[in-house]
Amino acid sequence: MTATVVTASPPARLVRRRLLGGSAARFGLAVVTVLVLVALAAPLLTQVNGWPPDAFDPAAIDQELAGVPKGMLGGVSGEHWLGVEPVNGRDVFSRIVYGARVSLLVSTLATLVSVLLGTVFGLLAGYLGGWADAVISRTMDLLMSFPSLIFMIALISVMPDGDRMVLLVCVMGGFGWPYIGRIVRGQAISVKHREYVDAARVGGALNGVIVFREIMPNITAPILVYATLAVPANIGTEAALSFLGVGVRPPTASWGQMIQEAMLWYEVDPMYLLIPGTCLFLTVLAFTLLGDALRDAIDPKGAAQ
Amino acid sequence: MTSYLVRRALAVAGVLLVICAVTFVIFYVLPSDPAVQACGKTCTPERVAEVRAQMGLDRPLWEQFGGYVAGIFAGRPGCHVPCLGFSYQNALPVWDLLIDRLGASTSLAIGAALLWLVVGVTVGVVSALRRGSALDRTLMIATLTSASLPVYFVAMVLLLLVVRVTGLLPYPAYVPLTDDPAAWAGNLILPWVTLAALYAAMYARLTRAQMIETMAEPYIRTARAKGLHERTVVAKHGMRAAMTPVVTVFGMDLGGLLAGAMITETVYGLPGVGRLAYDGIVKSDQPVILGTTLLAAFFIVLANLLVDLVYAVIDPRVRYS
Amino acid sequence: MILSVRDLSVSFGDVRIVDGVSFGVARGRTLGVVGESGSGKSVTALSVLGLHRRATVAGSIELDGEELVGAPAERLRRLRGSAVSMIFQDPLSSLHPFFTVGEQIAEAYRLHRRTGRRVARERAVEMLAEVGIPEPRRRAGEHPHRFSGGMRQRVMIAMALACEPGVLIADEPTTALDVTVQAQILDLIARIQRDRGLAVVLITHDLGVVARMADDVLVMYGGRTVEHAPAREIFKRPLHPYTRALLDSVPGADPGRARLRAIAGAPPSLLAPPPGCRFHPRCPAALDVCATTRPPLAGEPHRVACHLEGADH
Repeated sequence: MTATVVTASPPARLVRRRLLGGSAARFGLAVVTVLVLVALAAPLLTQVNGWPPDAFDPAAIDQELAGVPKGMLGGVSGEHWLGVEPVNGRDVFSRIVYGARVSLLVSTLATLVSVLLGTVFGLLAGYLGGWADAVISRTMDLLMSFPSLIFMIALISVMPDGDRMVLLVCVMGGFGWPYIGRIVRGQAISVKHREYVDAARVGGALNGVIVFREIMPNITAPILVYATLAVPANIGTEAALSFLGVGVRPPTASWGQMIQEAMLWYEVDPMYLLIPGTCLFLTVLAFTLLGDALRDAIDPKGAAQ
Repeated sequence: MTSYLVRRALAVAGVLLVICAVTFVIFYVLPSDPAVQACGKTCTPERVAEVRAQMGLDRPLWEQFGGYVAGIFAGRPGCHVPCLGFSYQNALPVWDLLIDRLGASTSLAIGAALLWLVVGVTVGVVSALRRGSALDRTLMIATLTSASLPVYFVAMVLLLLVVRVTGLLPYPAYVPLTDDPAAWAGNLILPWVTLAALYAAMYARLTRAQMIETMAEPYIRTARAKGLHERTVVAKHGMRAAMTPVVTVFGMDLGGLLAGAMITETVYGLPGVGRLAYDGIVKSDQPVILGTTLLAAFFIVLANLLVDLVYAVIDPRVRYS
Repeated sequence: MILSVRDLSVSFGDVRIVDGVSFGVARGRTLGVVGESGSGKSVTALSVLGLHRRATVAGSIELDGEELVGAPAERLRRLRGSAVSMIFQDPLSSLHPFFTVGEQIAEAYRLHRRTGRRVARERAVEMLAEVGIPEPRRRAGEHPHRFSGGMRQRVMIAMALACEPGVLIADEPTTALDVTVQAQILDLIARIQRDRGLAVVLITHDLGVVARMADDVLVMYGGRTVEHAPAREIFKRPLHPYTRALLDSVPGADPGRARLRAIAGAPPSLLAPPPGCRFHPRCPAALDVCATTRPPLAGEPHRVACHLEGADH
């Protein structure tokens, strides 16, 4: 009866108010903030607790019990806040803190790569049309038909040398861009047909100028929403790849790798499984909540989703 | 209609050929020499060269690829049609390995799919009809949680709680359906629940959104104005429209899983195609990697095609345009 | 009076959308309900069918002597589609895209008449023929998207009348249609009304439609009745300034006055309605009393709620 009229892109102030209005979004933001701070302050934090992430502590594990941590709950103590790793006694807290760095860095950079590739190719396809559109669209279809997990693992495992971090970012970003490419292509096509671009063209503006001045502002909102929701997906993928043994190389710590190591120990030392698992869960959850809230704030019509 | 089908089938073949070529090039050109892998660690350079010649690896790449594709349709000595090459590690045709492993993968995928479809759609519909209630909020928090939990973590926690702590179920060991249906199901419960938890959460959210949108449509008001029972309005008029996109997504998801859920199979030690692929990668068994990738791509592309065809049947608007 | 509504009020929470509306319709007669969007006319209609599940309805709605306000939901459901039917503004979105028109017409018939599939199917074909759809047997098996706008509205009418209800509520039935098609649909409704002795409540913002169809006219503003009189009276001698403004805004037959005159100001907010007469902020002849006191609805048979008229009666 009383239809509320919603403008295409609400003012930033309104978005901010809607975004932080919900408790879920505030929770998401709080967790993400803590996580980023922890990742940034990792060297500082490990100085405080006194255990670098790669330092062994033979005193904290029970050699006679095949390397199970001494004490309750996986060796939680004043010395080792979250306990120690079985067998070699590395400090779990320090490894979690450094693992957060890997997780955030890889997932954000991979998202950036896919946003960059997706935007450029999506714009080219949507704006140029014709054969450029055909080639780019077919490539996107093809990439989305790839069994990407098998392929990512296989690809990373046949590259014997090279920085795994860079490889992860490239591979994940390389498989992720078609999703954003499709969104951008659709937006570019619809914006292209609107009158004001014609007006700009009549005014003698160059193609490149039209693209960036007229189309970019219209696609930043969907890109932003997509990117926020792609980060948790990439965090999950990075952890899964690490779990399957093709993540960052040891001794660099990563959460997925810790969970994989816990596979051998979860029956006698469940803490070593639960701690990285919970961290991973909370991180993905927090980013998802934030992304959902952002989407709802920018596009209240999609709120039901 | 026939020309449409022919066109689509050709497109499917084209996509598969390109995926095959890309995979082939990457795994045969990149470092890690298949001949060394096949020959073993204690192999003399002369023996490696011999093996390489035997495997045809000394011939130009396009010739090797041509031979591979030809083998799929014509077979090769000691390898029947469709020949996807020999596994170095298992000394068996890749096709035989795939067929052998497909049972476990399809059992896992289909069982989990039924579970998540029923649970996800029910939760989504209930949530949509009770929108804004405490029940809706609780269910949505639960689905978010479930969707944020990594599959392997869920699997291990379930193993810990159900197998280790309470002993409700034995450690899963795959038994083929044809051998013993009860044991088949009993051993697959945990993998099914693990895989379904993630998908059920996504389906619940999708169903809820679709249902809320549909129930606000004018034709739902018409159905009520006709004096239909509310359950008919929801179950027939509401669901019919709301489920159409869910069916689409379902086809794609099932297609993506039929050729193996790598992580679930690995954690539970199920002898599926995903596990085969993982072992192939770990052991640098290129023909196995190539074969599993192709099979997975085949299922995905086929699912895409089927979904498009089914869509035309369930949505009359598509049929007419 | 087959349908008799007295002092009907409909509220959603604290917001009163319809406030003390009364009217009656006899068999074979047509009541035109006129007002701007948000005047409460559609809500009034949906209340008769008991379709506002979250609304609070007060007053009385009598259908063939049976009180509907406070009746059990199951009883209202049985009456919907069998004793009272409704057709809507947009026939495309009001028809289910996934079912054939035959199925959609037969569905209510099977339910209310407890017939088998085959009988209901025959009834659907019969109804399509009655509303003037050529080749009804073939078209019954087609989906709504194969039909033109006017044909879809005919399908809606066939669906609404399959169970031979006594009352048809038509909510803006021609608004979404082309002008030529509008006339055909109105003629169809009038013909069926004559054949069946149907009581019709015609909700519209189009006074041309009212002039063509209605025996009586109810003018609503801000959820209240402002004028209620026989159609001839209303058009000849509109008493309420709002009705006069509405009539002035119609591009009439007079070529010298073809320009549409819009009513100044905006419809009242239902969240915070103006006190006194709800029209007074836009009224060209408002008195002091209009801003403070609600004018009573007075006069017979020409009822009007206006302080300006109160003095004459």
